[in-house]
Amino acid sequence: MIELEGLTKHYGDVRAVDHLTFTVRPGVITGFLGPNGAGKSTTMRMMLDLDRPTSGTVRIDGRHYRELHDPLKTVGALLDAKAMHGGRSAYHHLLCLAQSNGIPAGRVREALDTVGLTSVARKRTKGFSLGMGQRLGIAGALLGDPRILMFDEPVNGLDPEGIHWIRNLMKGLAAQGRTVFVSSHLMSEMALTADHLVVIGQGKLLADTSMADFIAENSRAFVTMRSPDQERLREVLRGAGIDFVPGAEGALEVEGEDAAHLGELAARHQLVLHELSPRSASLEEAFMRLTAGSVEYHAHENHRPAAAAAPTAEAGGQWGAGWRKKGS
Amino acid sequence: MGSRLAEEGILTMAVAAQVLRSEWTKIKSVRSTVWTLGLALVVTVALGALISALAKKDFDRLDPQGKIEFDPTFVSFAGMGLGQLALIVFGVLVVSNEYSTGMIRTSLAAVPQRATFLFSKITIATLLAFTVGMITSFAAFFTGQAMLGIHRASLGDPGVLRAVIGGGLYMTLITVFSMGVATMLRSPMLALGILMPFFFLISAILGNVSATKKVGRYLPDQAGQKVMQVVTVGDDAPYGPWGGFAIMTLWVVAALIGGYAVLARRDA
Amino acid sequence: MIEAVGLTKRYGAKTAVHNLTFQVRPGAVTGFLGPNGSGKSTTMRMILGLDVPSAGRVTIGGQPFHKLPNAPRQVGALLDAKAVHGGRSARMHLLSLAQLSGIPARRVDEVLGVVGLQDVARKRSKGFSLGMGQRLGIAAALLGDPQVLLFDEPVNGLDPEGILWVRNLMKGLAAEGRTVFVSSHLMSEMALTADHLIVIGRGQLMADMSVKDFISANSAGFARVRTPDGEVAAREKLTTALVEAGAQVLSEQDGALRVTGLALPRISDIAHDVDTRLWELSPHQASLEEAYMRMTQGAVDYRSTQDQRAGLQAPPAQHGWQQPAAAPQGWAEQAYPVLPGEQPNPYAQPVAAPQAPAPAAPAAPTTPRPPGPLRRARPPT
Repeated sequence: MIELEGLTKHYGDVRAVDHLTFTVRPGVITGFLGPNGAGKSTTMRMMLDLDRPTSGTVRIDGRHYRELHDPLKTVGALLDAKAMHGGRSAYHHLLCLAQSNGIPAGRVREALDTVGLTSVARKRTKGFSLGMGQRLGIAGALLGDPRILMFDEPVNGLDPEGIHWIRNLMKGLAAQGRTVFVSSHLMSEMALTADHLVVIGQGKLLADTSMADFIAENSRAFVTMRSPDQERLREVLRGAGIDFVPGAEGALEVEGEDAAHLGELAARHQLVLHELSPRSASLEEAFMRLTAGSVEYHAHENHRPAAAAAPTAEAGGQWGAGWRKKGS
Repeated sequence: MGSRLAEEGILTMAVAAQVLRSEWTKIKSVRSTVWTLGLALVVTVALGALISALAKKDFDRLDPQGKIEFDPTFVSFAGMGLGQLALIVFGVLVVSNEYSTGMIRTSLAAVPQRATFLFSKITIATLLAFTVGMITSFAAFFTGQAMLGIHRASLGDPGVLRAVIGGGLYMTLITVFSMGVATMLRSPMLALGILMPFFFLISAILGNVSATKKVGRYLPDQAGQKVMQVVTVGDDAPYGPWGGFAIMTLWVVAALIGGYAVLARRDA
Repeated sequence: MIEAVGLTKRYGAKTAVHNLTFQVRPGAVTGFLGPNGSGKSTTMRMILGLDVPSAGRVTIGGQPFHKLPNAPRQVGALLDAKAVHGGRSARMHLLSLAQLSGIPARRVDEVLGVVGLQDVARKRSKGFSLGMGQRLGIAAALLGDPQVLLFDEPVNGLDPEGILWVRNLMKGLAAEGRTVFVSSHLMSEMALTADHLIVIGRGQLMADMSVKDFISANSAGFARVRTPDGEVAAREKLTTALVEAGAQVLSEQDGALRVTGLALPRISDIAHDVDTRLWELSPHQASLEEAYMRMTQGAVDYRSTQDQRAGLQAPPAQHGWQQPAAAPQGWAEQAYPVLPGEQPNPYAQPVAAPQAPAPAAPAAPTTPRPPGPLRRARPPT
């Protein structure tokens, strides 16, 4: 369990982290989300006592990180795939970490095996790909078999097999009752992984809820309906005073109604339905709604022609059209 | 209360033992350790031998005053000015590679007690530098004396053993000083960019210009080298061999305190 | 249009890419998938003329890359976000690229705006985050307003807003009739972005089809069916009827049925026949990831294994690691590892079976130190 209380970090006048209070509980995967520059990394570094908070505290199972004996046996962290000396072999990198925390050397080989790096254990990490560095970092986090695990962007550089593996690894660790705290920018990935979410923006806590609640609160839910007799479906809905909008491939989308209720309605009217799907929007959509306004480096849309309206007659559409004529 | 303190003490010792072991693994698993220390030994001994051989050839051409001031022991250490640069590189890399590679975050997450972390690292590197320094100093002395032929000194002569051991200690302290400075500056380029010209150029210039000589002799290398001299005729330094060594030690302690203060206060 | 015919690349005895033949068509986003080491990057490099094929050829619009007149105006590529001179500002970087191919400076400011870097355009790119570097790389790819675009892992390092933006950018480019070829490891992202897929494994073509076909060819979708709550008999009746019609039916946790092997209209008809009302009838496609995993099994390097945690399972005292205080004299002993197979690892022996989960600690707040086999015993004091 990780408890943050009023955690604050100022860099000069900039409030990177502003009075964060939340608890990361064991037994579930807690996703840590926020736009770039929201203070996620700073927060994670303060959790590990790498950065000093300006005020506030972080407690790991009730204690300061600094008070932990052999901290790797309590907290395993993957902060950054390249936080290692490139001239050292993967084996020695893990060995020096193990020795500093009184972990037996045999455990190093196991951790390498777990992440699938046994065959390159004696190679210097300088030549590792991002994905291999990531795996080594994960091995380092698992080394002390800790109760608390923190991963910052763990799937960075991993291939699909690796992504699938780390997701299942995290789920397994949480199922064993461990605390798993993971930050990521990949909403589609987070939607598959996390049970609980902590969202920050500009250093402030924006949400601390379960995944389902987060999506329900921050996006629209609707029901997709499809019938072989689409005309009658419309009539029935109109008759019941229910609003709908056309959806993809001739389906109708109904907002604000329960699927069960719509099913009963169709049954009453002896209407055959070929689809009756309750849909909720994606985590991504929910996240975008919540964090709009706390994002750096907004890409400009105004230079882009509307995709649908783009005439392909003159290849290239609008941008650069002016100079193109001169150039060619 | 007493037993709690004792328990704390035992735990701290246990942690320190683990961290020392870990630092030993770290230091021996990178190549730069071998080549910097190896270079220090080879350069110091080879250059000392070369200059000793030249000194023997030129000895007869010295004026009487020069002959009196001739210090065969110190001549055989002539390569140290260059050899110490390799030790400076060693000291700087041991510390600042942690920062330049990002390893420092991994290291401090594993050992959050920053004093334990820093001083374990420095202890291991110091022991290594001490061993190499002593070997280098004795090797430079013996090869140098062999080159000097009839003008040679022997270990039994008064002050010579002290000077040779002092040479090893000097090389050790130079390394520790570099580590302290590197801990303060963090960047290897910055640390080397300051230390190398300082020891190779600035110190020599300050020491040879009469106006600045009085200040220059209190610089760590000039004060420290005093312990390696046997013949001190014509030297008006206001301190003796161990006095000079003490001045250098003060510099080293200051660098370590500064380094620790930076590490303890700043974000990793 | 990108066209590869019999494309092969050998490095010494190793064949990185073997006899690849495919086309990347304009007007669609084509995803390029494969495990690490499957030859994706090599293929992309050959497309861009950076590597020379050992056999076969690859052309862009009918011509090999090096024969394209003014290639930057026809092909834009993002290969490696950090392939930028760190000391140069973003704007200078793009300007130098623009000048090489006769693109006016005005266009530089245009693309900087497109990728959202206009505010940091004059800063040196050394201080850029991975995401900013990625945006700069995308700006460079767009610079010549090319008809063919290649992106290697474009969302690397971007934040959610950036990921969404890149996805829409690629879809927009394809909608304008351009050829967009994207490699990525993020299946969930690819499923949202790509229309068509080219999958390679161990250097060979494994699939070249639309995303939809790929998923249905490599995994089974299912339908979720829910009968009114509390009407257990209706649920039973429907289940029986579905099974009789040849479907596989599984129960989900919330009481819904997971039906495989029947189309939705057929399920609807069967429900009608047995007079059961439905509260839900929704199609569920299997994920692209699932389909991909099934297809590429066996073509993966660095496969991970189960963490045995042998050394940490209540370590037997005789192994002696419980007294770390006695350490320094033993430094050298563990310094050099035993090579695999040379000598069995004493910690690996006791627990060969998959590890039993550590006891969960639901009441953690009251237990500052949950039980669990992880702690080493304190030295007695």
